[in-house]
Amino acid sequence: MSIFVDNNTRLLVQGITGKEGKFHTQQCVAYGTNVVAGVTPGKGGQKMDDIPVFNTVKEAVVQTGANCSMVFVPPAFAADAVMEATDAGVDIIVAITEGIPVMDMIKVKNTMAGKTSRLIGPNCPGIITPGQCKIGIMPGPIHKPGGPVGVVSRSGTLTYEVVHQLTLQGIGQTTCLGIGGDPVNGTNFIDCLDAFEKDPETTGIVMVGEIGGTAEEEASEFIKQHVTKPVVGFVAGLTAPPGRRMGHAGAIISGSSGTAQAKIEAMKAGGIHICENLGIFGELCSEVFY
Amino acid sequence: MKIHEYQAKELFKKYNIPIPDGGVAFNPDEAKQVAENLGQFPVVVKAQIHAGGRGKGGGVKLAGSIDEVAGIAGEIIGMNLVTHQTGPDGKMVKKVLVEQGLNIAKELYLSIIPDRATAKIVIMASEAGGMDIEEVAAETPEKIIKVFINPLVGIQPFHCREVAFGLNLSSTVMRPFVSMLGSLYRLFMDYDCSLVEINPLVITAEDAVIALDAKVDFDDNALYRHKNIIEYRDIDEEDPLEVEASKFNLNYIKLDGNVGNMVNGAGLAMATMDIIKLAGAEPANFLDVGGGASAEMVENGFRIMLGDKNVKGILINIFGGILRCDVLAEGVVQAAEKTGINVPVVIRMEGTNVEQGRKILAESGLNLTTASDMKDAAQKVAQLVAG
Repeated sequence: MSIFVDNNTRLLVQGITGKEGKFHTQQCVAYGTNVVAGVTPGKGGQKMDDIPVFNTVKEAVVQTGANCSMVFVPPAFAADAVMEATDAGVDIIVAITEGIPVMDMIKVKNTMAGKTSRLIGPNCPGIITPGQCKIGIMPGPIHKPGGPVGVVSRSGTLTYEVVHQLTLQGIGQTTCLGIGGDPVNGTNFIDCLDAFEKDPETTGIVMVGEIGGTAEEEASEFIKQHVTKPVVGFVAGLTAPPGRRMGHAGAIISGSSGTAQAKIEAMKAGGIHICENLGIFGELCSEVFY
Repeated sequence: MKIHEYQAKELFKKYNIPIPDGGVAFNPDEAKQVAENLGQFPVVVKAQIHAGGRGKGGGVKLAGSIDEVAGIAGEIIGMNLVTHQTGPDGKMVKKVLVEQGLNIAKELYLSIIPDRATAKIVIMASEAGGMDIEEVAAETPEKIIKVFINPLVGIQPFHCREVAFGLNLSSTVMRPFVSMLGSLYRLFMDYDCSLVEINPLVITAEDAVIALDAKVDFDDNALYRHKNIIEYRDIDEEDPLEVEASKFNLNYIKLDGNVGNMVNGAGLAMATMDIIKLAGAEPANFLDVGGGASAEMVENGFRIMLGDKNVKGILINIFGGILRCDVLAEGVVQAAEKTGINVPVVIRMEGTNVEQGRKILAESGLNLTTASDMKDAAQKVAQLVAG
């Protein structure tokens, strides 16, 4: 089992004919993902490799039965792309794009309220259910299929680091996803924790946070109340200076809020096993999960 | 992006948000000129730097005469202003804002920010104006009014009334306040602001509502659609190495430590800084070369790290995904040939094309230390800078 995506996922790619979109679509296909359509306005009727390209998401969904979209559209047009996919009723929308204005994302969030679509990201590596499908830019081979650990993270390459250490320890993954480094995003930690808690194949959870906002604190409270499975956590940015945006738009300590220390305290209080030294993350997971 | 108070007030003026009369001055003569035009005393002389706490640091002073204006402007321009937001090194002041003094009856706090958790726009207001709002929030949170606005609907009269009644405003002040708040919201939305703050917003003895201070920050991701705002950027307020890095699309932030580090991805970069500290050394920077880094970017990253004279060793930590390890290795070799790296370098690589990358480094003849994993890398670099 897995969360959000699996063998039945039928992927469409928005921005499939762009350089990035094309390259990563090919990588996803190579991993075994069922890519059924692409969308690039004005390029309907063309093909990218053997994948049919449509002008609109609605058309692609009707013609191919796509139920998931991967968004590779440039930042200025990405919010529009996500809203188009929402309007077409796509179940899961994975937005890889980095650099979308906050106000655009706020409008997207309010537009999506009450709709059935789930947004993952933006500014994220995507989601992978190892051995079944990869929707995003993460390197496939570092993952180990079959579970039993679910991974949720706000980062990209830091997620790869964590997954790599799990795999080296022989610990497989059910699903790994990045929820994105922007201040306003779609799916949050709590959505993922809830899904992992309900997934029978997942027996342990890894949660990777970073400075900025209060998502880790809220997740810790949720874990205390609702999660019975063991959780191992890590927070990046103990040495980050206040008031500076550390790469990700969302990774900023504002005043006294959003510090790594406060998050670690909250996570400990929520019963999460905190990894203080990323160098031994895999070893710690071995101890906690087995 | 941050801008100066005087620039924020220019924007306020465009939106008919009342501000004190005044003008910016780059030297004492200009300051005198502004004061003469104001034609009344006292006037206030305010240092213009991108940091708060200017008053406590001695950067805001009252002047009762033309000579005093010139004297104070002369003191402040060129001074190294240290506040709780500048860090211990302070900031060199290059200009002042000279403004009319006001008969202040009441000081309020007012700000508009995007709320991450609810994805709404939030107006925050308080009768405890002029104080550090973080302190107010921590000690007396009941004194802060918060009104949430769905941007798809926009600000409504009832939102404004909620704020105005919450601030216990008199009926004469109510109307100008509500009009000002509507304008402030429009400014916030029009320019993709990440913060608009007036602290204090004053009610004068004459019942006028005036923005005594003004702080406006912008969402960097949205600057592409606000070309006129980019002109407000003040390079003097930024670290020269950071300015240099931004030319090459490198995400660099200078810190105080001695271990330079270059990483792909912001989360992993922060985690690398943390593990350097855990190993007993101090990170000298944050440097994220990003997902699609080229050999040239890696080379420039090296040059910028070496531009920091405190750097005694470098740790490179790359988890190859989109950025392939062979590309990184080529960049390192190029950088070594062109810049002549004169400090120990520890490299940890993993992921896409790692074998080719290791081969390139091994055959380069460079004196590099390779590490098997993050822990190993951090320990090695810490030992090298200590010894």
